[in-house]
Amino acid sequence: MSAEPSPQSPWQAATITRIEKRTPRVTSFWFQPSRPFAHLAGQHVDIRLTAPDGYQARRSYSIASAPEAGGGIELAIERLDDGEVSPFFHDVAAVGDEIELRGPLGGHFIWEESDGGPILLVGGGSGVVPLMAMVRHRTLRNKAVPVALVFSARIWDEVIFRDELIGLDDRLDGFNLVLTLTREAARRPSDYSRRIDARMMAQAVERLPKAPKLAYVCGSNAFVSAAADALIGAGVPAEIIRTERYGV
Amino acid sequence: MVTRGFFSGRRPPSDTDARIPPGQYLEQGFPVLSAGPTPRVRTEDWSFTLKQGPKPIKKWNWAEFNALPQSKMTRDIHCVTAWTKFNTPWQGVMIDDILADAGIEPPTTFTLAHSFDGYSTNVPTKDLVTGKAMVALLYEGKPITADHGGPARLLVPHLYFWKSAKWVNGLQFTERDEPGFWELRGYHMYGDPWREQRYSSDP
Repeated sequence: MSAEPSPQSPWQAATITRIEKRTPRVTSFWFQPSRPFAHLAGQHVDIRLTAPDGYQARRSYSIASAPEAGGGIELAIERLDDGEVSPFFHDVAAVGDEIELRGPLGGHFIWEESDGGPILLVGGGSGVVPLMAMVRHRTLRNKAVPVALVFSARIWDEVIFRDELIGLDDRLDGFNLVLTLTREAARRPSDYSRRIDARMMAQAVERLPKAPKLAYVCGSNAFVSAAADALIGAGVPAEIIRTERYGV
Repeated sequence: MVTRGFFSGRRPPSDTDARIPPGQYLEQGFPVLSAGPTPRVRTEDWSFTLKQGPKPIKKWNWAEFNALPQSKMTRDIHCVTAWTKFNTPWQGVMIDDILADAGIEPPTTFTLAHSFDGYSTNVPTKDLVTGKAMVALLYEGKPITADHGGPARLLVPHLYFWKSAKWVNGLQFTERDEPGFWELRGYHMYGDPWREQRYSSDP
């Protein structure tokens, strides 16, 4: 059984202020925390749902919004059909609901402006979410940091943040978007339609003005394993690669 | 705080309830988590070193280590990312037997486990001895796969599973309780799942 959140509790109530469908399976939820909240790009929060009988379910979700964005914390939540928390968000949660949240959490899979660049980001599916926070942070804070984002999705309509990412790519300000679709043909000349491999990673590195200082890989376990191996195959040193796995 | 509209959830069967620590859910699979790429450590390159501070006490190669007395442990394991898995069967060398082969008693109160990829994690020495922990070599009777920490991983099943360092290559006895990789990055110094010691701000 949980106590009501107290000033000492690391848990706080956050109000859902906005809901926006991103793709058929991913919806963004914005949360306004009740207490001051300062995160770093790449961090996550824990969410805890409590049933009337006291049963609790807890899951971690990466933050998509930049630290300086304002307007609350954006979590982009993918519906997992056999999940117990994500179906609640997709089917039940509404603007105005209060949800218990803890964070920000995580001290490894983060990028700050002071970490420098270039940075190479590799995301699979909703693994793009913490990378999106880094892309947005870089765009708001320091566009001099070169970034390449390789984003693997099954189909064009499952490319989360697609319009925003293509808009950033079109600015030609040092942010490079590489989309690869695993179940559809590529739509843009610079994109791919295959699974990530070492040759694709080598070509992504070539889009940067010099070798990456840091590489971040996020997605399912199978995706992260394959992408990390592809990066190493492309000559990216293992020591600069940080990974975040959903674990399944 | 009751969440509006949350009734269902994936409640565990009541007969297993007592085995699931607070905030955890029962997982049938075996999820994989790590901070970086999976190192592929060949057994011919493998070694395990016992140290006190900077001073090596004893070092074993793969064949020597596998010749030590082996034991089996079947335990429930609890990951800080909230999954619990029941009855995971491991085989390996108890820390007690490693110390016996080195001919020493635990020299200090604290231990840092080290791994081939530079990972480290701290565990009080008393949580490693008296049958509580091993260096595991087999899972379900087979060599541990690289993504689960093979060739060898530490197994400290009564603490959150980040303490069970993958790709382990040594134990270092330390005078002070020195934080390891995740402990420097906001995770708890001890990590007892039954007291829900996930993050450094937890009591």
